[in-house]
Amino acid sequence: MSKSKPILTSSLGRKLVMSLTGLFLCSFLVIHLIGNFQLFANDEGYAFNNYAYFMTHFAPIKVVSYLLYASIVIHAVYALILTIQNKKARPVQYNQYDGKSNSAWNSRNMGILGTVLLVFIATHMQNFWWKYHNDQVPYIEYTKDLNTGTITSRELSASEFTDYLVTTDNGQEVTKARDLYKQVDFTFQNVGLVILYVVAMFALAFHLIHGFQSAFQTVGFNHRRYIGIIRFIGVWVFGVLIPIGFAAMPLYFYFIK
Amino acid sequence: MSGQMNLTLKVWRQKKENQKGQFVTYKANNISDDMSFLEMLDVVNEEITRKGEDPIYFDHDCREGICGMCSLVINGRPHGPKYGTTTCQLHMRSFHDGQTIVIEPWRAAAFPVLKDLAVDRTAFDRIQQAGGYVNVNTGGVPDANTIPIPKRIADEAFESATCIGCGACVAACKNASAMLFVSAKVSQFALLPQGQTERYERAQAMVDQMDAEGFGNCTNTGACEAECPVGIKLTNIARLNREYFTAKLFRQEDIHN
Ligand code: SF4
Ligand code: FES
Repeated sequence: MSKSKPILTSSLGRKLVMSLTGLFLCSFLVIHLIGNFQLFANDEGYAFNNYAYFMTHFAPIKVVSYLLYASIVIHAVYALILTIQNKKARPVQYNQYDGKSNSAWNSRNMGILGTVLLVFIATHMQNFWWKYHNDQVPYIEYTKDLNTGTITSRELSASEFTDYLVTTDNGQEVTKARDLYKQVDFTFQNVGLVILYVVAMFALAFHLIHGFQSAFQTVGFNHRRYIGIIRFIGVWVFGVLIPIGFAAMPLYFYFIK
Repeated sequence: MSGQMNLTLKVWRQKKENQKGQFVTYKANNISDDMSFLEMLDVVNEEITRKGEDPIYFDHDCREGICGMCSLVINGRPHGPKYGTTTCQLHMRSFHDGQTIVIEPWRAAAFPVLKDLAVDRTAFDRIQQAGGYVNVNTGGVPDANTIPIPKRIADEAFESATCIGCGACVAACKNASAMLFVSAKVSQFALLPQGQTERYERAQAMVDQMDAEGFGNCTNTGACEAECPVGIKLTNIARLNREYFTAKLFRQEDIHN
């Protein structure tokens, strides 16, 4: 047997890349959701805006965020390469193809679901990430009474804002921050975007119901001992809880706030 | 008492490789529901031959579900509408009087159509030749049962070895991936002591050959497992992944060069 081809040029190697980037993106979703739950706090965005500053300025998190952007790109590019190969592998299509008799719809349409998610991610990053990094969000000043914990806020004009700043004086903590919370509120008054976000979360659910367990199958993790728990987490955590948690955010701002 | 039925067949006819083919409609009259699907085709072929036309060309050999020669995608399903059966073991009682049946060859770039419904499956032979063997020392015949093998391992290896190489897994897969076949062949040897010498080279060589033949990339839809006539399991694919990644990432012999 002669020398084998390099791993990344093989079908299995490319699938390994899909699997690992996919699982990394899954782990991000958990963090993202937990952090964003602060949107539901009744504090005029105090916790959320402080969190947004932390997430964009703490060095280790910045490193991870670049890994994340890279993972999204790699996952999409490899998906494209694999899909093109897969199309080539069946140049003449069936006249009749009864896929539903042998496999789940979402497992056969990961590319379509993934494309929806890619469009969503681009829109989502434009809505918040881009605006936040390019000074296109409003500014806010919080005054927190450290004894009673009550928070009052007022909007700042661009001229009053220089940078994120926390000062404590006389038992009063004053925080000047970019008001991403307000931006979220504002964005989710747009019914079109609310619909896109909710539809995208359906796509996410179906993508991950297949994708999460599929990633484990690809890396060869499928022992009887834990395959049950992997399938359970894939369906109930990544397919149900997480998408519902995210979808609740635009719905909350549109209908309740 | 066995029923008689009249059927309409839409059969893929193609003179030879690389030529354009098309569907031709035939009537299959007075078909007994005790016939196998291939016997039904024999009846139709006799009629065609009597008319002096070229009979429908299809693969078959044992007609008892063990050789893997028969194929056919019947109404969008490899080996027809039943699970766990080959076309030769499919009976006409699975159809009903007046039904239209669409019959197509396996569709995959790696399985070019030779004529009508027969495809060239020598790609599978080349994958086997790349690594699906064990080296045996010459000399006297060893006594039976001198190598102890735990029953569970022996059973699992046996299960994997039941793959008849029919290619239904490729035909069913939306990506025309051969992973189920290759994983069965790799598993049967990886599990047994006799297969250890070439264990890691084998996984690499067979995956390389699989890719070189132009089969698609597995996306874990599970269509192969559902359509496999002998019930080869997806656990084999996970095992192949483990074998391959272990070989590539931890065992490759020239790793220190
Ligand atoms: S794995 Fe099953 S479907 Fe695939 S070639 Fe073997 S017997 Fe046929
Ligand atoms: S003809 Fe041998 S398995 Fe069908």
